Order: sequence, then C-alpha cells, then structure tokens
Amino acid sequence: MDDKSLLSNPEILRELIMDHYQYPHNHALVKDGRYLSRHMSSESCIDDITVQAKITDGVIDDIRFDGVACTISTASTSIMTDLLAGKTLAEAREIVDNYFSMIDGKEYDDDLLGEAVAMKNVYKQANRIKCATIGWNAIKQLMSESEEAA
Amino acid sequence: MLDVEKIRADFPMIRNHPELVYFDNGATTFKPQAVIDAVVHFYEYGTSNVHRGDYALSAEADKLYDGTRDIIGEFLNCRPDEVVFTANDTASLNQIVYGLSRTVLKDGGTVLTTEAEHASNLLPWYRLAEERNVKIEYIPTDAVGLISMDDARKAMHDGVKVISVAHVSNVLGTVQPVKELAALAHEYGALIVVDGAQSVPHRKTDVKDLDVDLLAFSSHKMCGPDGVGVLYGKHELLEQMDPLLLGGGMNARFNACGEVTLKHAPEKFEAGTPNIEGVIGLGVAAKYLMSIGMDNIEEYERSLRAYFVSKAKELENIEIYNPDNETGPLAFNGKGVFAQDAAGYLASQGIAVRSGNHCAKILHEIIGTDQTIRASLYFYNTKEEADRCIEAMKGISIENAIGIFF
Ligand SMILES: Cc1ncc(COP(=O)(O)O)c(C=O)c1O
Repeated sequence: MDDKSLLSNPEILRELIMDHYQYPHNHALVKDGRYLSRHMSSESCIDDITVQAKITDGVIDDIRFDGVACTISTASTSIMTDLLAGKTLAEAREIVDNYFSMIDGKEYDDDLLGEAVAMKNVYKQANRIKCATIGWNAIKQLMSESEEAA
Repeated sequence: MLDVEKIRADFPMIRNHPELVYFDNGATTFKPQAVIDAVVHFYEYGTSNVHRGDYALSAEADKLYDGTRDIIGEFLNCRPDEVVFTANDTASLNQIVYGLSRTVLKDGGTVLTTEAEHASNLLPWYRLAEERNVKIEYIPTDAVGLISMDDARKAMHDGVKVISVAHVSNVLGTVQPVKELAALAHEYGALIVVDGAQSVPHRKTDVKDLDVDLLAFSSHKMCGPDGVGVLYGKHELLEQMDPLLLGGGMNARFNACGEVTLKHAPEKFEAGTPNIEGVIGLGVAAKYLMSIGMDNIEEYERSLRAYFVSKAKELENIEIYNPDNETGPLAFNGKGVFAQDAAGYLASQGIAVRSGNHCAKILHEIIGTDQTIRASLYFYNTKEEADRCIEAMKGISIENAIGIFF
C-alpha cells in the first residue's frame, strides 16, 4: 500500500485506520532485556500504552506496543511500529520530525510518511492531537535514550 | 417549574454558541450575564483591595466581598462567619484535611470514605495516611457507588475520626445518605466532611438540617466565576483548625520574635489577597440560583434527566451504567466503541460531553469499566438538546468515530 494515489483517497485512509485499530500490528510486548520500554499515560487523555523498541548499533530492529487506547492512538502507534522498524536512528528521526510537522498542521514530506498520512487531518481536532502522538512520543524518547546510552 | 427559555436568555454562552449542546456541566457551568457584569463592574468601577484601605472604594469592596458571606449563609443556612473563601473545592478539601490533621487526627485514627470519590477527596487523605498514623478505610458501595446505611454501620468503629464523602458522585450522580451518615458519625463522636462539588449546584443544601461539620464546593460549577471555592465549617470547628496558608490578611499581630496572633475564622483561612471579584461574582450566582429556587432547579433537572434516560434506553448501540439514578449525569458508552472515540464523534455533531475516568479512578473497579462518557445536565439545558444528543448518540460507531477525520 505505498501507491500515493491510494494514500490520498479518504476512503482508503479511513479503512487503514480501522484496520490498524482492529488488528494492530506488533501488538504484544516481549520480555527481553534488549528492549527499551516506555509507559505512556496522561491525566488529560485516557489512553494508556506501553511501547518497546530494540535498537542495536543505531538501527531500530523492532518496535512493539500494547495497552488500552482509542482508534487514533492505536492506529497511529501501529502504523509507527511498521514504518520505523529497520530504519537507522537518523532515518527514523527524519520520519518522526515530518510526522510531528504534519500533526502540527505544518509542511511535511508525505513521501516519508507512508501510511502515517492517514493522520493528516488530526491537527484540525486539537483535543485529539495527543492521541495521534502518544506512541510517536514514546519512540522519540526511546530513541534519545538509546543515543544517550551509546 | 422554571421558565427555561427565559433562563437561557440570561447566558451569553448559550446565545453565542447556538449550535452547541453543552452537556459537560459536571466539569464547569456557564455564567449568567449578572455574574459577568458583577465581575466586570468590579474591575471597571470598584477595583481596590479588601480589608486594608482607608478610602471609600476599599470600604465598598469590603462590603461586597464580605456581603457574599451573608448570601452564602442564606444559601446554606449557616452563619456568615462559617463561610470561608478558598480557590476551589479542591483547596477547601486540602484545607479541611490539613486542619483536621492537627486536631481530631493529631494522634492518628481512621478516615472512612468510599471508592467513588473524586481525586480531590482522596489524595489529600492519602498523603496524610502516608505521613501520619492515619488509616483510610472504605465503606462498600453498590454498582452505582451508593452506600447503604447497613454497610456504613458495619464499617464504623471507635477508631473512626472522620467520614468524608461526596454528597453526589461526579461520575454516576449517586446521592449518598449524608444526613444519616452525619448522624452515624456523631453517634461515634466523629466528624463528617462532605464534598459538595456536584450537589450544592443542583439541590438545596441545608447544612443545619444535614448536620454536616465541614463542606466544600466550587463556584464555577454553580454559575459563578472560576478560582473561588467555599469551605463551610461549624464555627467552633473552624476556630480549632489551623490555616494551611500563612501570610498577610489573616494575622492580627505578629512580632519579630515569631509570635503570631491569628485573626478568627473565617479570615484566618484567607491569607493573601483573595479573588475579590470572583467572590463577588459567586454572591451574584448564589442569588441567581436562589431566585430560580434550588428546589425548582432540582425538580427540572430530574424531569429532564428522566426524559433523556428514557430516550437513551431505546438506543441499542448504547450501554447506560446509571439509568436508575434520578439525578446527576448519565454515564454511558457506545457498545464496542472506546469512550474517547465516541465523545469525539459526539463533538463533531456539536455535543459537548466528557470521556474518561473523571478523576474518580477507582470507581471504575466498581462499575466494571475504565472509561465512560458522562453527559451532565444543568437547569438551562432543554429537551430539544436532549433530543439532539440522542440523535447524535444513534450514530456512535467506530466507523463514524474515524469518519470525523475525513
Ligand atoms: C465530586 C467532585 N469533587 C471535587 C471536584 C474538584 O473541583 P474543583 O476542580 O473545582 O476543585 C470535582 C470537580 O470535578 C468533583 O466533581
């Protein structure tokens, strides 16, 4: 599904979110000391998720998540786990930065974002921005943690 | 009964948002023009500090500020000097907990409460339990958080120094038997603290009749300004309690040797410059509510809720958690739809409700769900608004919740 015309069709994007919500990818945590882990929950938002990432030699090998969350939180995090797996930290950072630009309603490069463009209209609903960023904030923190440890 | 159209004309927020159905009154309420005018008038014509100036404006500010104590005294059926102004319900409860920590709980003891309380009536007690020899025990409740007096009796013992409960719970609107609980507390020589955040705005609260010892509530949930709360306390209790905040305005004298003589209650609890215009606005709000009549407000809300519930019960896609309560908010979910998604969809249809765990986190262990949507009504809401909400509720589905983004 990386055909650009498909990813500009609202029907497809809607289904994409539905799919990732009902059948989230990489949706199980592992007990493995090589994974960094971040629990995200906030007072203002009822989502409560945990994101894990295995980062070796500056490459994100695997990302996983679990928790209770709304459609937008679940789908945006599920898409993120697909998109960033296998990327170097530098590549991942560029994608993450673009994603946050999109969520802030700023300019972004949709070529980098793949299925994550499904979240392109979330900026219009200020109260849901935290949903679309909860998992992405987690990976951002895990990436920094891994860089600091290196 | 009340004339709701006439009442609606008093609220600029209703006029300025004709498209909005505001069903989040448990969070905060709209302000009538008279309250807004009183606040603005103070800024435009009356600005001065209280209790310190030697000029006419300051005396006038004193009169209005302290005058609100008389109004609240009438509102609650208490003496004006039993009315302390704070920042909000939360601040009142923190002051109460601090005060009691140095009187009846000084040497430890048990605080009886419920699992249905708002965080503001639990966290201050939790800290006390951490720091002192104070134990928190819970009176069991039923599926809507209601205490039965049988259970309360069983939970009561000689070690209990305080019973602290919300008169009306913020998630389910359950009304606790406060008068009976007060009698039970007094039978054991204990005190009763009542969190009135969700009750005082919606029903007549007669502190003498209920015989409550200490009561907290917020102005902003009863048509008054933000940043003002009330702490009612029986005068002899207030006199025994120490203030949480120390500073200007509350000491009668102090000298360089550190000897301080405090003013009497209520002033001793009001250190620093208070929210003067907010307190004045609260007085106007309380008068406004009394002019409509608290009994009329309660009766109107009951019938509106009954109407709303009867319609909501017909919806197959909706699960209601507290249909049988007669007052307070409606707690529900769209079947199979995460509360925040459903609330997001309702918002897209012009309905303002709240999703979440409503700061009463442990309550959901009782009703068996983590998240609910809360629709909380007030006397300025209408059947037409209930109908609009019902229409929107019919459309709650995962598909529609995602659809709002496209
Ligand atoms: C039962 C209850 N207690 C306490 C509070 C806290 O009120 P405030 O935020 O005004 O201090 C609320 C407000 O939501 C409430 O519903």
